[in-house]
Amino acid sequence: MKYLTEYRDGSLASKMAERIKAISTKPARFMEICGTHTVAIFKHGIRDVLPEHIGLISGPGCPVCVTATRDIDKAIKLSRIPDVIVATFGDMVRVPGSESSLQKEKGLGADVRMVYSTMDAIEIARQNPNKKVVFLGIGFETTAPTIAAAVVAAQAQGVNNFSVLSCHKLLPPAMDALLSGGELDVNGFMCPGHVSTIIGTAPYEVVVAQYHTPCVVMGFEPLDILQGIYMLVSQIEAGEARVEIQYRRAVAPEGNPNALKTLDRVFEPCDSPWRGLGMIPKSGLAFREAYRAHDAEALFDLEVPDSPEPPGCKCGDILRGVNTPIECKLFRKVCNPENPVGPCMVSSEGTCAAYYRYSQV
Amino acid sequence: MCVAAPMKVIEIEGDIIRAELGGMTKEANLAIVDERPELGDYVIIHAGFALHRIDPEEAKITLALWKEMGVIDEIPD
Ligand code: SF4
Repeated sequence: MKYLTEYRDGSLASKMAERIKAISTKPARFMEICGTHTVAIFKHGIRDVLPEHIGLISGPGCPVCVTATRDIDKAIKLSRIPDVIVATFGDMVRVPGSESSLQKEKGLGADVRMVYSTMDAIEIARQNPNKKVVFLGIGFETTAPTIAAAVVAAQAQGVNNFSVLSCHKLLPPAMDALLSGGELDVNGFMCPGHVSTIIGTAPYEVVVAQYHTPCVVMGFEPLDILQGIYMLVSQIEAGEARVEIQYRRAVAPEGNPNALKTLDRVFEPCDSPWRGLGMIPKSGLAFREAYRAHDAEALFDLEVPDSPEPPGCKCGDILRGVNTPIECKLFRKVCNPENPVGPCMVSSEGTCAAYYRYSQV
Repeated sequence: MCVAAPMKVIEIEGDIIRAELGGMTKEANLAIVDERPELGDYVIIHAGFALHRIDPEEAKITLALWKEMGVIDEIPD
């Protein structure tokens, strides 16, 4: 497309990197809070072209990774109920719960199906009127409205055997939790492009006002990321803290009001448990009364015992940005994509999986 | 998981579009899109839903910024 190919142009990338070097004098650490950024930064070697005093750290940006073990155990419990079909996005099936995974359950005969869209799960429900189809609602603000839209469609079309286990997570409350914890040392946030397509910039204004930490919403091509870092560095050099949008072609300040309306129609914010970050107020989504007939939590008994994290796994610390995978004793030796100990190694966007694939250490 | 790619709209039927990128095509639902696309527009698609109609004017504004920074000499037209 006109005006889109430039964002991938490698020769322009080195020019952009030069501009960063030309203005950058102060040491700074930026956190990316989107797993797609984590992967793109590795894949395009962004770290290698930055000045040495600019550090990039990964945050809680992988929805699969931040899902609490307890919620995975609930999904496993669901898959063991006769007549239940569990439908889910691909990465979830391999994440270890406290004593099994959906993949193992599938091997033992559970009906677990991977789908590309929630609408596919509705189709499965329609074709299996005698079964109950439960979709695992995992995802941030990018994904949650698609699931809300599917719930609205299921209700309207009378697909009563379709429900959702809502484990959705909202990112701005997690940024707030990270900063208020005081343990995280960052000078700016690389805000997630496609989450922001939905939520716009208002939630980051709150973060900037409270913590004086610059926020730049960036896209995913190499030039997007480099220009976004340039914008963060400019703010740091000027001693400013603002919300800026680098990814203008995909993000409007007001976000996507249509998607937000659908989201708000079906769900309301609720306290939610995150791996590594614990319970964060108003960081999850619960069903509103009008759609409770599609709430798996209300339809099934999903009580599970408290579940410890896998022994030795540092996923929690990695998601909070206080450790890198290299500091985990199990990294590469015991834990690898074929034999993942924690979710950060399972998900294609997990920080451990990205380090495994792209770093030399 | 929030991977979403800009794809070109090649078919519209009611609330369902078909979009294309590098020879691969995908269906997507328009229920939550911010602005209804027309044939030939680019949209961002995620998990079977179109989320956003890409604004070529906005893409061009970013390139204008690059020109100001000296990263490119000319904005292509
Ligand atoms: S390398 Fe494996 S065990 Fe270590 S933190 Fe990552 S996922 Fe957990």
